[in-house]
Amino acid sequence: MFSHPDRAAFLPLAKLPSLVAELMARGYRCLGPAKENGAIVMRELESPEGLQRGLQAEQAPGRYRLTSDPHDRYFAWANGPQAIKPQTFAPQESLWRAERDEAGGLRFVPELPAVVKRAVIGVRACDLAALAVQDAHFLRTGRRDAQYAQRREALFLVAVQCAEPAATCFCASTGDGPTPAFGYDLSLAELKDGFVVVSGSDEGQAVAAALDLPAASAQQIEAAQRQGEAAAAAQTRSLPGRKLRDVLMSRLEHPRWDAVAARCLACGNCTAVCPTCFCHAEADVPALDGRTSDHLRTWDSCFGEAHGHLHGFNVRPDIRTRYRQWLTHKLATWHDQFGRSGCVGCGRCIAWCPVGIDLTEEVAALVEVGPP
Amino acid sequence: MLDAGPPHAATVVARVQESPTIFTLQLRFDDAAAQAAYRFAPGQFNMLYLYGAGEVPVSIMSDPEERDVIGHAIRAQGRVTQGLARLRPGDKVGVRGPFGRGWPLQEMSGCDVVLVTGGLGCAPVVSVIHYVLRRRERFGKLVIVQGVKHAEDLIWHEQYARWAALPDTQVLVAASEGGPLWPWHVGRVTDLFALASFDPACAVAMMCGPEGMMRSAADNLLARGLPRTRLYLSMERNMQCAVGRCGHCQFGGAFVCRDGPVFQWGEVETLLAHKGF
Repeated sequence: MFSHPDRAAFLPLAKLPSLVAELMARGYRCLGPAKENGAIVMRELESPEGLQRGLQAEQAPGRYRLTSDPHDRYFAWANGPQAIKPQTFAPQESLWRAERDEAGGLRFVPELPAVVKRAVIGVRACDLAALAVQDAHFLRTGRRDAQYAQRREALFLVAVQCAEPAATCFCASTGDGPTPAFGYDLSLAELKDGFVVVSGSDEGQAVAAALDLPAASAQQIEAAQRQGEAAAAAQTRSLPGRKLRDVLMSRLEHPRWDAVAARCLACGNCTAVCPTCFCHAEADVPALDGRTSDHLRTWDSCFGEAHGHLHGFNVRPDIRTRYRQWLTHKLATWHDQFGRSGCVGCGRCIAWCPVGIDLTEEVAALVEVGPP
Repeated sequence: MLDAGPPHAATVVARVQESPTIFTLQLRFDDAAAQAAYRFAPGQFNMLYLYGAGEVPVSIMSDPEERDVIGHAIRAQGRVTQGLARLRPGDKVGVRGPFGRGWPLQEMSGCDVVLVTGGLGCAPVVSVIHYVLRRRERFGKLVIVQGVKHAEDLIWHEQYARWAALPDTQVLVAASEGGPLWPWHVGRVTDLFALASFDPACAVAMMCGPEGMMRSAADNLLARGLPRTRLYLSMERNMQCAVGRCGHCQFGGAFVCRDGPVFQWGEVETLLAHKGF
């Protein structure tokens, strides 16, 4: 983020609404952090002054509780259950519909989402790393996904540096945070009296230029750098390596899979909050008039019974094989598909697991001990 | 491009009930230009759509040189396939495809061809049989091994009998449970592997069927000296998108729909040894 300190600008605290106003003026619907159902989620801002201060959340295995930031900062929270993924890969959408005429003839019509320019304010380095993986899956591997592409192209991302990682965070060990390194239009580092601002795209640069900001001082840039280093040092969890492919694939019959299966409810929460999970089901919903049927895709989970269903039997009939499928895909065979692990260290799967299964703890147990 | 985007409308041209649960549908695209443009390789599959019910992946069993219709053998098993079973000539379906990687036809040239199938696994392989028979002089022996659970599950009785009568062609069929007038072996298909006559130094083997059967067949073929690089299999997993996107068919780092369904044995043998992938 600070590789070109000469380009860093400074946005005084009081001028943050002017950034939102500029984005709105450019036609973006702006999403920012909001409290909803006991969690911090991204919701549309009604006005440039709509960004909330002081939000914070305490996270631990199986635990997420809203708190308040004693310093009343804008972005002193680590992450909520969702950030960018629902904006690009819709939780449910129609891919095409079939139309049937009176004679039984069929016609197929592709469906595309409406183009809506959206700006998401407050995305984290882990979210940007995850988005890069989703981009690879939906846009560059095989066929380009039209629905994803349409949403992705209309997205403006305002990243923020994490200053207060949660106890569940481990992005420093996956190499994905806490300071955003790529993939943003604008990136902010929140200091006491304002934000160090760096642009990462032409559009981001144009927005920053329109705000007519002074250059950030050397002290401000250094303070932001130190803040990032401190946030990395404050993380208490980690993975034992960035490429665990071979070691995990040599532990496929490890007794730890039985132990974790005895705790796992196979609810799929981890896959729903994971910013890189891309599995989706396709199913048809016919209209009651018998003339049209929508072909929907809906987020799916490899923990569900239907995921491994084949005619007459299930490839993964038990939780042991489903958890193993998820973990070995995420951390091992993901390397074969995308050249990196599928984990960006956001820790969401830990916080949102109802029984508090900790991915980092499971990996440590699988890797450290046991038979080959 | 009939494999991108939504399905294309097609008509059921013919339907044959092959066994109590297996039927074949011959389909033709309603758009003549689409039908003329459609090409596939043996071993690839289509997604068949039944209005309001959904899509299922079905391997293509017709001859690639047959340009007039596209053949599919289907077992009425689930919601969509039971609906497809009720279709009659003239009814409409949606088709998109072909998808995936087919059989290594180029590699077979000049060699013996060994086909080991179980149950409806014969369908993705039957186009290879047609391919070989049409170009008979380019190949050595043709060995067809097919196993079924019950005698009544065997489809294409007459074809097996006809192939068995051809020169340089060996047909070995087994049913775990026989039936009246069952002319073939009663017992496990694995009993028959030892009878298969081919030159391991110059053969290509292709398998499609239950994974346990394919593992047994692989052990047998490899023990007889067939190089690992000449052993292929077609895999089956839950497939919903067919383009490597929806994630259901992932087998290790492979998307079976896109990187398979045909794999070289060495690409999958390690993971196949573990149940649950």
